[in-house]
Amino acid sequence: MPLSLVQVLVSGVLLGAVYALFASGLTLIWGMMNVINFAHGDFVMIAMYIAFLIWTLFGAGPAASVPVAAVILATIGVIVYFGLVRHIVRGPMLAQILGTFGLALLLRYSIFWAFGANFLSLPADIVGGNYDILGIRIQASRLLAAILAVVLTLGLHLMLTRTMVGSRMLAVSEDALAAQLMGIRPERMQALAWALAAGLTGIAGALIATFFYISPTVGESLAIIAFVTVSLGGFGSILGALAAGILIGVIESASSYLIGAVYKDIVVYTLFIAVLWARPQGLMGKS
Amino acid sequence: MWRTFWACTAILVAALLPYILTTPFQQRVCALVLLYAIAASAWNIVGGYAGQISVGHSVFFGCGAYASLATFTHLGWPPLAGLPIGIAVSVGIAAIIGVPTLRLSGHYFSMATIAVAELARLIVTNTEFLGAAIGLSGPAVPRSVLDLSFTSAVPYYYVFFAVLIALLWLTHRMASSRIGFYLRAIRDNERAARSLGVKAGRCKLYAYLLSAGATSVAGSLYAMMFGYIDPESGFGILTSVKMVIMAALGGAGLLFGPLAGAAILVPLEEISNSLLGGKGAGITFVVYGAIIVIIARFYPGGILKLFLVREKVIRKVAEADTRVADAA
Repeated sequence: MPLSLVQVLVSGVLLGAVYALFASGLTLIWGMMNVINFAHGDFVMIAMYIAFLIWTLFGAGPAASVPVAAVILATIGVIVYFGLVRHIVRGPMLAQILGTFGLALLLRYSIFWAFGANFLSLPADIVGGNYDILGIRIQASRLLAAILAVVLTLGLHLMLTRTMVGSRMLAVSEDALAAQLMGIRPERMQALAWALAAGLTGIAGALIATFFYISPTVGESLAIIAFVTVSLGGFGSILGALAAGILIGVIESASSYLIGAVYKDIVVYTLFIAVLWARPQGLMGKS
Repeated sequence: MWRTFWACTAILVAALLPYILTTPFQQRVCALVLLYAIAASAWNIVGGYAGQISVGHSVFFGCGAYASLATFTHLGWPPLAGLPIGIAVSVGIAAIIGVPTLRLSGHYFSMATIAVAELARLIVTNTEFLGAAIGLSGPAVPRSVLDLSFTSAVPYYYVFFAVLIALLWLTHRMASSRIGFYLRAIRDNERAARSLGVKAGRCKLYAYLLSAGATSVAGSLYAMMFGYIDPESGFGILTSVKMVIMAALGGAGLLFGPLAGAAILVPLEEISNSLLGGKGAGITFVVYGAIIVIIARFYPGGILKLFLVREKVIRKVAEADTRVADAA
């Protein structure tokens, strides 16, 4: 295999791991309550601006911005759950879709209004320089993001499958009424899911900010990437999201290397539509 | 009888509106209300009556707008000649994407339509023939009345008025025919409708095709009035969102819902843009977002439904009163 192709593969995997991290939040919420959070990409965007603010105000890097963004976003998640989502899940389909969609617009254009449409970015060496391993160039920021992302995604999976809280959450996602009869409070578990999902999104956003441009509309394309990841991996499946995220990262970086950077989104969106048409339950999901 | 009286009064007032509101700004806002009411009413056919929440209707809007201005740019024909071409292309696209996407339900359908619209936007942005990222412009100076290029907004107002009445009449005919009942049955419970023998797939597709064609007309009219189109205003997600929110605010699935929504949101947007200038665009969409969240949270049926519910309750109370009176 030529060296450049290995390079493409490596950068694809590193990027894809981060996609998997924020998509796992979306899939968790879907699995718990059958609701798509259309504001998911904008949660990532908010976290990126938090990272930017922390760097501009205090000169601190991801060591500070990751935990701060996680806490702030988790709080936003809980507020959104109790203030909005808990009510709209009982409403008609239009309200369910519009609710989080309106939230997306609200967040996106509040940031647009406050910061303007300019593209911002953090200094390239905020995490460290580049590593050169056997001729393959790896950015330290991307490596850190990928490692943390894989660890956290696997951690979420283990939490759901191996702990008491995880079992409670899965019980609620299987059948909220039955879970309630067993003494589990569904609303508490759903609020926890929103906190976890939004918190992970916060971490993902603070990490992505170290190597990606920051703009108010960045959430839109990130949201579609999360949709693709979740639909490819199967709605509700964390490990599916991990595999699908990495696959999409590789496809993106391969298509931008082979046919040009402008076409990478076209390839990913086409893939998304094809998957939705052919297997709405996802490549690895149950029907 | 009162119904006919109020309907006649409303049409008369609407027809005379440009003589009541006389400043160019007010007339422009009135014309825009009708234009967006056309687009939102077109969305309403599939999103409101059939309950398939498309968030990618900008595909058809963009097709109509680009068809008009591409026929002008490449053939030199008046943009009006592009209108039927836009309809044909939109209906064709709707048939191609409708068959597979309409099988999806609920959130899946919405996500698929978003992706299709974004795909269309990216393809147009990278197509030199369609002006790439810069877009296309219409005739700089009107060559004949066929160019539909006027400096005043009043002629546009009457053109849009006629188109809107035609579209609402068509929607009303559809809604009160057999297929209209089928569509509402599908919206309320698709599985139950199917089990009673409704050919759900075919009904949804018909509604989708009609909706696509009508949305394309709105796009063509937009292009003629503004004389300019770019990928973002044609195929951008905000174009789709505007149609959805106007219909949802007024009342999705109600004949006059989209018009009511447009009559509230368009003046709001135009006034905030003119008061706040360039910074206004951001605030407008913050307000849009807030309105959407509030409708979804508190009035999921739209504001027109509030009046309808009240009317129904009043009627029921009145009936109960007479029954009590009769008994006594």
